[in-house]
Amino acid sequence: MSGQLPKEQEFLLPASGLFIALSLLAALSLNWLPWSGLWLALRPDFVALVLLYWCTHKPYRVGIGMAWMMGIFADVADASLFGQHALAYSVLAFGGIVLHRRIQMFDLRMQTLQIFPVLLLAYAVYAAVHWQLHGYVAWGYFLGCVTSAMLWVPMSILLQALRIPRTDPDNL
Amino acid sequence: MTMEHTQSFRFFNRGPSPVVRLIFFMLLSLLLLFIDARYQYLESARKALSVLAYPFQRLVAAPGDLWRQADDFFVLQGNLVHDNAQLRQQHDVDAAQLQQLQVLQAENRHLRDLLAVQQRADYPMQAAEIVYTERDIFKRKLFLDKGAQANVQAGQVVMDDHGIVGQITRVYPWLSEVTLVTDKDHAVPVQVLRNGLRAVVFGSGDTSKLALRYMPISADIQEGDVLVTSGIDGTYPPGLPVARVLSIERDPAYPFARILCVPVAGVDRMRQLLILSGLPKLPERPEAEVETTSDKARKIRRKKP
Repeated sequence: MSGQLPKEQEFLLPASGLFIALSLLAALSLNWLPWSGLWLALRPDFVALVLLYWCTHKPYRVGIGMAWMMGIFADVADASLFGQHALAYSVLAFGGIVLHRRIQMFDLRMQTLQIFPVLLLAYAVYAAVHWQLHGYVAWGYFLGCVTSAMLWVPMSILLQALRIPRTDPDNL
Repeated sequence: MTMEHTQSFRFFNRGPSPVVRLIFFMLLSLLLLFIDARYQYLESARKALSVLAYPFQRLVAAPGDLWRQADDFFVLQGNLVHDNAQLRQQHDVDAAQLQQLQVLQAENRHLRDLLAVQQRADYPMQAAEIVYTERDIFKRKLFLDKGAQANVQAGQVVMDDHGIVGQITRVYPWLSEVTLVTDKDHAVPVQVLRNGLRAVVFGSGDTSKLALRYMPISADIQEGDVLVTSGIDGTYPPGLPVARVLSIERDPAYPFARILCVPVAGVDRMRQLLILSGLPKLPERPEAEVETTSDKARKIRRKKP
């Protein structure tokens, strides 16, 4: 990981399958909250973020297949066409897996700049499919891409913190 | 042979490479997209998955519901008394009008019998409540809490007490999806109440606006005109209010007037809605080259620069 600060390099628990599944489920639930109006346009895509986190940190555990499955679930819940989210998330996961070594070299702020194009690509794929089928694009949709990227730092810190073992198991 | 074997040997078998996987899943997604967009084969799979997702969706919606219930519970007694008095007064007025209505209905029935005009049916209605609003910025959709279990069918009309809200486009076991009249390119055949002029009103993708397209500049339409459904294509029952004309721009440079309308119904306000069923079956349309309205609209829009 980042060689510049060996002091801060912490030992992380191996991510259990249950933890990955729970984090993805939590992200889906956040996406399904009743967002509306301007908040809907600004809504970050939590599922995309969490998928990207796991694809960059555990590329052999969470891959394109997992992303595709999450996409199908998102399609059902959003009543969009089957495969629309799945296609976007597959591209996103591929981007995450290809860039995973590169992203782990940077600190969190720099990572945000690295993942933004990947998120933008996934959003563009979704919008392109919509444009092909319905003939128009709502540009406000791309705002969500920016808020998603801005959420990368807090979300990474949160997931990272949940994976750090307790130093003293007796200490509360 | 053996050399080749050792060369291709890998310690950790990770399966196919990411590129292969990406291509596989992209092709799978595109195939699903194609099937879902062109045919209706995947509806049963969608229903099965929606049953899986349903508990989570209810769980996520629960805090909002709780908040609303708590909000309903803590109402000032003064407000209740005031509302009650107002409703009572309204009820008296309505009752008086209802008496007149019954007389008028009887008279109307009599006249229609005389004219041998086909009776306009009373449509059975069922009330439903909005469970979720749209989650996709591209679309104007709602989910109601009545589904196939309550005999809701796709194509039924949804309205509130003021007018048309939308149409049921997909039915799940316990939910149904409503496409609002303000959904982009959603078309409703209408008539101007004042003079019976026929037109088609389109959604503009904005919750509070509808557009009356392809009306010539000279069309007899005024601000404030009420548009009601004409019932022409048999999807909507006739005579239900849809929209009110908000503004008209007549620019001689364009062949059509730019007419903006606001929906009469509280498309983005109400929580309880009515689902109409039992629309009269129209006789089969004569065989001809039929284009759907959305195709037509798209073609015309592409033609414009």
